[in-house]
Amino acid sequence: MRTRHFLLLKRSCAVLQKDLRVEFRTRYAYNTLMMFAVTVLVTVSFSVGGMILESEIAAALLWIILFFSAMAGLSRTFVQEEESGTVVALKLAADPEPVYLGKLLFNIVVLFSIAAVVVPLFLIMLNLSVAMPLSFVLVVLLGCLGLAGASTILAAIVAKAAVKGALLTVLAFPVLLPLLIGAISATRSTLAGVPLEVLRPDLGLLLFYNGMMVTASLLLFDYVWNE
Amino acid sequence: MFWQIMLGIWMAGVIAASFLMIRPIQGLGELGRIFIYHVPAAWVAVLAYLMAMANSACYLRSRDLRFDRQALVNAELGTVFCLLATVTGAVWSKAAWGWYWNWDPRQTSIFVLLLIYGAYFVLRNAIPDIDRRARLAAVYAILAFLTVPFLVFVVPRAYASLHPDLAMVNVVQRRLEMDLPMLLVFLASLAGFTGLYFWLYKVQVSLENLLCEQTVREELR
Repeated sequence: MRTRHFLLLKRSCAVLQKDLRVEFRTRYAYNTLMMFAVTVLVTVSFSVGGMILESEIAAALLWIILFFSAMAGLSRTFVQEEESGTVVALKLAADPEPVYLGKLLFNIVVLFSIAAVVVPLFLIMLNLSVAMPLSFVLVVLLGCLGLAGASTILAAIVAKAAVKGALLTVLAFPVLLPLLIGAISATRSTLAGVPLEVLRPDLGLLLFYNGMMVTASLLLFDYVWNE
Repeated sequence: MFWQIMLGIWMAGVIAASFLMIRPIQGLGELGRIFIYHVPAAWVAVLAYLMAMANSACYLRSRDLRFDRQALVNAELGTVFCLLATVTGAVWSKAAWGWYWNWDPRQTSIFVLLLIYGAYFVLRNAIPDIDRRARLAAVYAILAFLTVPFLVFVVPRAYASLHPDLAMVNVVQRRLEMDLPMLLVFLASLAGFTGLYFWLYKVQVSLENLLCEQTVREELR
């Protein structure tokens, strides 16, 4: 049993490694995505101007930026496999579960690296101070984990559709809404500073949502991946 | 034909009873009558979606396109009832709260249900191949349904809502706050709406099956 899990992990990491290598050889997708995120951020910051924002509005804006950045970039891994025709080779080389987990890990890496740039810039440009820095980081990480967790399988669905453009956003929004509600509420609390007990239900919601989505995706991915 | 006429008489009775048999609800006044229609419509919207998910799961297990057609019909009917629930809710909200729409958690959850149905149809339209469409739509229906418990049960409880559940059901003491005539009319309406749903479902499914047979026959010719 243990060796099976170890093998799954090893194979997932191999898929992740492959995706990272493909990405770093060209880098244009990643660069575009990063510029997209920064552009959205600057648009928000510019339109807000010099206003002092309440933590409620700031939290909502932060998650709008992260949501649209994620939607712009996360379908990339699967669409690229379809476009370059490598999808058949990948199907031959690996089982569905390692492919899903590898792509999920890749999406998590991409989102974390975007958040690492966008979130500090957001705090600087909107002149916000965070009352609970550690919890704030935890909430952002959990939120990004959820964005990646729910979007990866949807990205696999979108890659098979005839129209790819805005489809991921349309499909993902209703699925992601519970996550966004929880993340915005938790971010608001950490920006304003509240007792930990107030934050706990939101963190619970985020954790539960992550676990549920990844489990369901693992069960369903086989149906999306194999024709 | 017999059952359809019975259903018509039943629903007419429910409508009449909703005006004649119910006393104004405490705290809601005469406006409260709309809940006789609003709650069953919302119930059927969720029921149809549950059925669509079950059909989708059956499709993934059996790869029988009949289940895909059933899921499609359920999604269509669910959309209609979901719209009814949204509109009756908004009308009541205007009269009671002063706004048609204020993103109360309940309004959010019913609206997201509508969005899910919308996304489901968009996805179906985006995939030309029949088998692939059935498969991917089924996966999406199951995934999206997983968020419904969050939206229907977790979010309205966790965040303050003005939705008058408390006038009907006392959550703390676990009992209904309805008197007998009102409960009877409500249950009758619930049964009527569910019957209406099953009748529409039967008609639509046989229509879809006939259309499919016709396409097959034309292809053979």
